[in-house]
Amino acid sequence: MKPDELRNLAQKEDELRKSYRYRINVCCSSGCMPFGALKVLSAFKDAVKESGVEEECYVARTGCIGTCSIAPAVLVEPGDYLYQNVTPEKAKEIVKEHIVNNRPVKSMLYGNEAYFKKQLRIVLRNAGKIDPLRIEDYIAVGGYYALLKALTRMTPEGVIEEVALSGLKGRGGAGFLTGLKWRYVARATGSPKYVIANLDEGDPGVFANRTLAEADPHAIIEGMTIAAYAVGASKGYIYVRSEYPLAVETLKKAIEAAKSMGLLGEKIFETAFSFDIELRLGAGAFVAGEETAILASIEGRRAMPRPRPPYPAQSGLWGKPTLINNVETLANIPVILLKGSEWFSSIGTKNCTGTKCFSLTGKVNNPGLIEVPMGITLREVVFEIGGGVPPGRRFKAVQVGGPSGGFLPEQLLDLPIDYESLTKAGAIMGSGGIVVLDDTSCMVDTAKFFTEFCVDESCGKCTPCRAGLYKLYKILDGFTQGEGDIQDLDKVEDLCEFIKEASLCGLGQTAPNPTLTTLKYFRDEYVSHIVEKKCPAGKCFKDGGGAGS
Amino acid sequence: MPDGVQQTGLKTDRRLTLLEAAIKKHQYRKDALLEILHIAQELYGYLDKDLLTHISKLLRLPPSHVYGVATFYNLFKLKKPGAHVVTVCMGTACYVKGAEEIVSAIERDFNVKRGGTTPDGKLSLFVTRCIGACAMAPNTIVDGETIGKATPDEVLKKIRAVVGVEKVEAR
Repeated sequence: MKPDELRNLAQKEDELRKSYRYRINVCCSSGCMPFGALKVLSAFKDAVKESGVEEECYVARTGCIGTCSIAPAVLVEPGDYLYQNVTPEKAKEIVKEHIVNNRPVKSMLYGNEAYFKKQLRIVLRNAGKIDPLRIEDYIAVGGYYALLKALTRMTPEGVIEEVALSGLKGRGGAGFLTGLKWRYVARATGSPKYVIANLDEGDPGVFANRTLAEADPHAIIEGMTIAAYAVGASKGYIYVRSEYPLAVETLKKAIEAAKSMGLLGEKIFETAFSFDIELRLGAGAFVAGEETAILASIEGRRAMPRPRPPYPAQSGLWGKPTLINNVETLANIPVILLKGSEWFSSIGTKNCTGTKCFSLTGKVNNPGLIEVPMGITLREVVFEIGGGVPPGRRFKAVQVGGPSGGFLPEQLLDLPIDYESLTKAGAIMGSGGIVVLDDTSCMVDTAKFFTEFCVDESCGKCTPCRAGLYKLYKILDGFTQGEGDIQDLDKVEDLCEFIKEASLCGLGQTAPNPTLTTLKYFRDEYVSHIVEKKCPAGKCFKDGGGAGS
Repeated sequence: MPDGVQQTGLKTDRRLTLLEAAIKKHQYRKDALLEILHIAQELYGYLDKDLLTHISKLLRLPPSHVYGVATFYNLFKLKKPGAHVVTVCMGTACYVKGAEEIVSAIERDFNVKRGGTTPDGKLSLFVTRCIGACAMAPNTIVDGETIGKATPDEVLKKIRAVVGVEKVEAR
């Protein structure tokens, strides 16, 4: 594709978009699909046809709108009217009233403005508003312009500089400066170089990366291609969980579309730069998201981490310099190049710029996919966006950062969300999960649940993680069945510290977080299990129950 | 097929032809093992010993390596699943909202343990870590259809309808 062709196509698409008075976006992401989104989509198409408003109203199959609790969700533009729990029957009525008679059906609207008020959508800028399977939709909203700008008007070093100045940190959880990582790979010797987009979102309860891939796959592809240009890579892999069939399918089609338009492949925009992307499927291994384990998995081996150094930047895939970025990190790149590093670094906090996507789940009134500026407090997320815990229940704890994230109590809710604050409190940013617990959850049982998960997912390579976590699980399991004495709590703490210090990779190093934080903030629950043989939440001491069977 | 590769007790049928074509398309590359295992499981439903041995021969990898990879990843199944498959999501959000009660109810009512299949081969029960539909937790997948925000009773009703049996009596 030539630069002019991109501009012409964008203009044509924009005119086409404007020729419709209404646009009905039907969310067809994994959150809405199980609840009949496709039937709703075809109901809208039929209704629009039957009412004879085809010329005025466009019905689009889009990705996630973000309000997963009201599935299937439908967004009508202009005006962003959000309809909840839409059925084929309701679809008919919406077309009749809203489109034909220009009277939005108030009784079916979501009407929860608080959910959106504190959100800021940068990564999810197009989610729910474009058809992920139409590359033209992405181009119409300015897609691939950042790539054009990078390839034709910027040097690779210039791109790295811009990303470095933005302050963007890796969104996979560790929070390493993206620009710095790119510079390491760019300076490494060895050829070819590789770029890996990490979409191995194995954390239970987290679906932010998946939703991004389903809603806006080209943002990932464009960010990845820009990264490849900056570091001098010629081949890229997107490593995606095979448990995400819709994301896999969407990415596959998006890669094909980009190839057929010449936005991937040889001599992109008639420059000397060539880049190709291949999809690689995981097979259900949480540890595969670790950056050395992902290398092993792409090479067709067991996903077991290895010690660093050497870092993947020096010796990655097949021993070659490799850049590994989370897909959310990559989706930020096109915006940073178009709007500038200064704009980006004005969002969030001084040390932690930009936004972060979270899947907000658990005992919260408005679960869903959210994107918030860094520095927002947990209280704002849980109580304002999330609408608090269900009526009649009391908030107990919030877990940030997936299965190895810590649990934070009510008194820490005013903590701002950034890498440093969370780590200090014993939680982690992780890849973006916020799980809310109320008074029906037992903290001992919950710590046991996550420890069991990590026992299951430990690759078995290093002893502290393999044997230590198992031992920890056994002790916690005993607590939930009335075993153990009060001195065991100190032993548990020692064991946790040991596993943290001595494990090889991030899995083992963070796995004790749930136990350590529940011990720190909810010690009384442990004590009542051990001393009084009572579970305050009424979950434990049941015959044959428990997750450990 | 490259020379010197012996058949391993696998029936020569359409599935084998498709599998071998896929391996050829990957140019017998050892690093394509995961992709090949995915394709093999899609074709055969599960990966038995003969199938793994055959793949190891074609890719010229030690059988121990192929077996090691197949058992490392949760998604690969080495035993034949039942005619109907029920998968209960045990991700964080689902666990918090009572997925454990759903699993226990199915175990009790259908006399099957998680990870196992009923003696008559009609029903397999699996738990998975997260299907990512957390806002609709707890989720259960019955033969590919997701039931969200479900109570144990609703799930049991659905399974009975699909499997077409009443309670399986304990032996």
